[in-house]
Amino acid sequence: MPGKRVLQMAGLITGVITVQLLTRFTGTGYFLTQLTMSAYYSLVIIGLCLLIGYAGQISLGHAGFFAMGGYISALLTTYNLLPYKDNAIIAVLMKTGILVVRTNLYGSEILYFQPWVACIIAVSMTVLVAYLIGGPILKLKGHYLAMATLGLGIIVYRIVLGSAFFGEADGLSEVPAFTLLPGLKVSGNLSVRISNYYIAWGLVIIAFITLLNLVDSRVGRALRSIHGAEDASSAVGVNTAKYKLNTFVLSAAFASIAGVFLTHYNGGIGPSEASVMKSVRYVAIVAVGGMANLWGALIMGVLLNFLSLRGYFGSFDDAVFGGILIVIMLFAPEGLIRVDIFRYLKRAVSGEKAGEQNDGSS
Amino acid sequence: MIIELFFQYLVAGITYGIIYSTVAIGFNIIYNATGIINFAQGEFVMIGGMTAVTLNAFLPLPLAIIIAVIITMVVGALIDIIFIRWIVNPSVLRMIIITIGLSIVIREIALHVWGDGVRALPYFTGNEITSLSIAGVHISPQVLWVIGVCSVVVIALNFFFSFTLVGRQMRACASNRNAARLCGINAKNIVTLSFVLSAGIGALAGCVISPITYVQYDSGTGLAIKGFTVAILGGLGNSMAAVAAGIILGILESFSIWVLPAAYKDAIAISILLIILFYRPSGLFGSREVFRLKEF
Amino acid sequence: MDLLKAENLNRSFGGLKAVDNISFSVGECLIKAVIGPNGAGKTTLFNLISGFLRPDSGSIVFADREIAGKSPFQVAEMGMARTFQHIKLFPKMTALENVMTGRHIHSRAGFIPSMLHLPGMSREEKFIRERSLEIMESVGIMDLADIEATDLAYGQQRAVELARALACEPRLLLLDEPAAGLNMRETAEVAGLIKKIRDSGITILIVEHDMSLVMGISDEIIVLSYGEKIAEDVPLAIQKNREVVRVYLGEDDA
Repeated sequence: MPGKRVLQMAGLITGVITVQLLTRFTGTGYFLTQLTMSAYYSLVIIGLCLLIGYAGQISLGHAGFFAMGGYISALLTTYNLLPYKDNAIIAVLMKTGILVVRTNLYGSEILYFQPWVACIIAVSMTVLVAYLIGGPILKLKGHYLAMATLGLGIIVYRIVLGSAFFGEADGLSEVPAFTLLPGLKVSGNLSVRISNYYIAWGLVIIAFITLLNLVDSRVGRALRSIHGAEDASSAVGVNTAKYKLNTFVLSAAFASIAGVFLTHYNGGIGPSEASVMKSVRYVAIVAVGGMANLWGALIMGVLLNFLSLRGYFGSFDDAVFGGILIVIMLFAPEGLIRVDIFRYLKRAVSGEKAGEQNDGSS
Repeated sequence: MIIELFFQYLVAGITYGIIYSTVAIGFNIIYNATGIINFAQGEFVMIGGMTAVTLNAFLPLPLAIIIAVIITMVVGALIDIIFIRWIVNPSVLRMIIITIGLSIVIREIALHVWGDGVRALPYFTGNEITSLSIAGVHISPQVLWVIGVCSVVVIALNFFFSFTLVGRQMRACASNRNAARLCGINAKNIVTLSFVLSAGIGALAGCVISPITYVQYDSGTGLAIKGFTVAILGGLGNSMAAVAAGIILGILESFSIWVLPAAYKDAIAISILLIILFYRPSGLFGSREVFRLKEF
Repeated sequence: MDLLKAENLNRSFGGLKAVDNISFSVGECLIKAVIGPNGAGKTTLFNLISGFLRPDSGSIVFADREIAGKSPFQVAEMGMARTFQHIKLFPKMTALENVMTGRHIHSRAGFIPSMLHLPGMSREEKFIRERSLEIMESVGIMDLADIEATDLAYGQQRAVELARALACEPRLLLLDEPAAGLNMRETAEVAGLIKKIRDSGITILIVEHDMSLVMGISDEIIVLSYGEKIAEDVPLAIQKNREVVRVYLGEDDA
C-alpha cells in the first residue's frame, strides 16, 4: 500500500475509533446501531460509486442486488429443512456441517444452512445474476441503461413482494446471528453492539482500500477512459465490454455482501430494501459525494444514511433524497466534496503556467 | 364461457394498453423536442387525476377535469422553466437524474397534500356496475370513455403535428434542433410547449382512467415504467407505433394472469422491456439503421 | 513485405456506398496517405481498418492475420493504434494519465490483483509511468504531464493524443487528419514528428486535407473519390495525375 494511503487509512480508522469512544463517553451508545447500518449501506454506495463515477455506467437497480444478497441468505438461514431430514442429500449436508440445527424462540428445532454457507451461496447467486444480465444490459447506453437497470430492480422488488416464499409484504424475519469467527458474530443483540460496529467498519474499510487501490491502477485508468471516451478507450486496447461487466459484477457483489450482513444484523429483511426508492437513494448519495470520488461517496453515505436512519428527515425522508438529486445535478454536477482539493489547486496553478508558456511562444 | 372470458380479458387488455399508449405519447413528445426521457411523466398522470378528484368535490365533473388538465399543464411548464430550460448542453446522465429527482419530489408533495389514500373520479356515465353488453361481452361505459378520449387525443395530436405551424416547428426541432434554430424557430419555447403538451395529455389520461384504476400519490411510477416500455416497444419518438405497442402490451399483460399470479404482472411488462432493449432497441416497428444514428 | 493489405472492401450506409470495392496495401516502414474530397470515404475506410466499423464484404489482413470484423480493442492488441479526426482525449485525466492509458496492452494488472495491490503492481505502475514520460518527451510535451487533458490548447491536445497512440507501441499508426486546426508552424512540427516516427520503424497510414503536408511527407498516396480508389502512386505522379486534378478542382475538361 502506498505511503499516502497508509496515512489516509490511519486517519479513517482513528475517526471510526474516535466516534465509538465519543458515543461511549457521551452516553450515546445507541447511535452505534445506526452507524453500523450506515456502514453497510455505504458498502453498497462505494461499489456503486465505482460503477457510476469511474466506469460511467448508471445503475438504478442496485437495491435489487442488495436485496438478493439479503433475501437469499435470510431464506437459507430461516427455512426449516427438518421435515426433509431423512432425504439422502439433506443427511449428507447435515453430516458435513453445511446444515445446522438451532432452537427458535418457541423451543422448536430448525434445521438451516450454516450462515457462512448461506452467505457464500447468496453472494455467488447475485454475482451470477449480475454476470448474466450484465452482458446484454451494459451494451445499452444513456436512458436505455437507466431504464433497464430500473426495470431489473423492479423485477426483484415484485418477486420478493409477490412470493409467499419470501414473506410477501412482511419479508423474512428471525434471521439468526452470523458467527464470523468463534466469539465474533453479526447480530443486532445489544450485548454485541460495539463489536458489530467494528465488524461493519472493518468490512467497509477493507472494501474501501481495495477500491482505492483499484481506481489508482491500470484498471482504474481504463475505467475512467471508458467513462471519458469509450471509442478512444477501445482504440488503445481496452476491452470496454469486459471492463464494464467486471465493474458491474463487482459492485453487485459489494451490494450483495452488504445485504447479507445487514440482514443478519437486523435479524430480517423486508421488500422496501429492494424498492426503487432505495436504488435512487444510493445514486443520490454517489452524486452528492462527487460521482468519481470514493471518499465523497463514503462520507456522504455514512452521513446521509445516519441522518435518515435517525429520522432527522421525518416524513420528508424520500423528498430529501429527491431534492438532493435535483439540486446537485442542477448546480454542482461534479459533487459537493472535493477531497483532492490540493491536486485541484496544483492543477489550477500549473494550468495557468502552461497557458502563459503557450501565449509566449506563439 | 371460455370465449366470453377471453373477450373480457381482451377488452381489459386493450383498455390498459390504450392508457399505456397515452403515457408513451407523453414520453415521445418530450423526447422528440429535447432528447430527454422525462422520468416524471407518470407524475403528470397522477397530478391530473388527483387534482380532478379534489376539484370535483365542488365543481361539476367536466369543469373539474378541464381545470385539472390546465393546472397540470402549468406544472409541466414550470418544470421546464425552473429546471430544464436554462441548463446548457446537459449530459444524458444529468437529465436522467434531475427528472428522477423531480418525480420523487412531486410524489412526496402529493403524499403531503393528498395523503396516501386511494381516490377516484365518479364514472362519467353510469356507475361501477353499469355495463353495456356488446356481442355477449360486458363492457363498462368508462372503458368506452377511455378508448374514445384517447383516440381523440391521438387523432388531434396527429392533426396538430401535420397541419399546424407550431406542430410542424416541433417536428422540425425533433429532426434537427440546430437547423430548426437557424430557421428562426425558438427551440426553447418549443421545449416548454412539449412539456405543457405532454403534461396535458398525461393529466387527461389520469382523469379518464381514475374511475377504473383509481389514483394514488405513487401511481405515477408504475405507469411511467409501462409507458416507457410501450414507447420503446413502438420505437422511441414514434407516437403512432406507440398506440399499437401499447395495445400489444396491455393484452399480453392481461392474459399473463392466466399463466402467472397477478402479483407478477408488473414483472412481465418489465421483462418484455428488457428483452426488447436487449434484442431490438429500435422497437418493433423501428428501423435499425435510423436507430443507430440517434443520439442518447 | 506488406504490413496491411485490404482487398475489395465494401461498406455502405443505407443506399450510399461509402467505401466501394477498395483494395490497397501498405508496406512496412512507409508513410502512406489517403486523400480525397470531403465525403470521399476516408474516415469510413479508417474506421473499417481499425475495427470501429464492420465491412459489408472484403478482407483486411494486418501482420498476416485477418482482422475484418474484429473489435477495435482486438485490433489494438495486435499492434494498430489510431488518432481521431475530432480529438478524443480522456477528460478529467491528466495528459500523463492519458498517455499511461495508452500503455494498457503492454501491462497486465487485472481487477483482483489491482484491488489487492499485489507485489509487482508498483513495479509495473512505475514502468508504465516512466515509459509514458519517455514517449511524451519524444513528442515534446513533457512539461504538460500534470495538466488535465481537456484544459490544454488544441495543438497540445493533438500532441497528447499522438503520444497516447505511440504509447501503444504500434506497428501501424493510423492518423486521422493530424494537422486539422493547426497553424503552419505547428503543421511543420507535426510533419517532422511523423517522419521521425516512421524512421523509428512504425508504419503510418494518414488521412489528411493539408496537401503540402501530404506531399511533403508521404511515400505513397491513395486518392479516393465517392468511395472509390481513383489513383495510388508516389506524390510526384499523383500531382500530375489528370483524374486527381479533375476531382480536386472539379473541372469537366481541363
